Amino acid sequence: MTSLDIAFLATGAITVAAALLAVTTRHLVHSALWLVLALGGLAGCYLVLGAELVALVQVLVYVGAVVVLVIFAMMLTRAPIGPSPDHSTSRLHRLLAAVLGAGVTALLLAVLLPLGGEAVARTPVSTNGIAEDIFGTWVWPFEALSLLLLIALIGAFAVSRLTRPAGEVRR
Amino acid sequence: MIHPALPYAVAAALIGIGTYGILARRNAVLVLIGVELVLGGAGLLLVTAGALGGDRWSSGNVLTLFVITIAAAEVVLALAVIVAVFRARGHIDITAPADPGANGGGS
Repeated sequence: MTSLDIAFLATGAITVAAALLAVTTRHLVHSALWLVLALGGLAGCYLVLGAELVALVQVLVYVGAVVVLVIFAMMLTRAPIGPSPDHSTSRLHRLLAAVLGAGVTALLLAVLLPLGGEAVARTPVSTNGIAEDIFGTWVWPFEALSLLLLIALIGAFAVSRLTRPAGEVRR
Repeated sequence: MIHPALPYAVAAALIGIGTYGILARRNAVLVLIGVELVLGGAGLLLVTAGALGGDRWSSGNVLTLFVITIAAAEVVLALAVIVAVFRARGHIDITAPADPGANGGGS
């Protein structure tokens, strides 16, 4: 048990506990707030693993942007404040979903745990090295990604514009 | 020094919890939260693989950055679709019957 192990245990426990609460809570808004904690804990895991840049981007993009978008969507769809049981499916459905989720976890653990036997030294990755690799080796995927973001932006506009006439006709 | 089994276990747990969230929730925004957790688990696996060495083009870190970007684009589109569905049907219950005329009078 090394000090990094203990640090990772702490951040990992926070992440998993917050993720569990995010998928089981009856409050719609609490679910988004637990997601903040889960993704923040994940950024902590990245820090412990020595990926500072990824941790910072995780905080900026996920905690800063994605969760705000999710809360905005809840607002726009008139999410009820307070507990409401109708966000989850029936008891049998939830039981089956839990069995399937546990099965996925067990499958991944069965594959991954034999790979992680002994303690290894983590490889330091410098931000300079990441920058050189992004704009060297990965420059074309990077450019394709910028195109993807543009397409997503235009697509979101198109979806919200195309559906407006139908809603007006119906009302 | 770190045991790689710990990050692997956390990633597997996150992916399992996300799967449960996708399957057990009726509200479409909550389904999206499950998808975010699965993507987070995938990112943790990538970062772990990068931190264990043998990573020639820092692909673990770079691919995690790419996954985060793609997740942001995915969330934007998914929320646009969810808001559009809410406008058309008045609710975002994904277990409801598909007929928009039957129960779309919520708004």
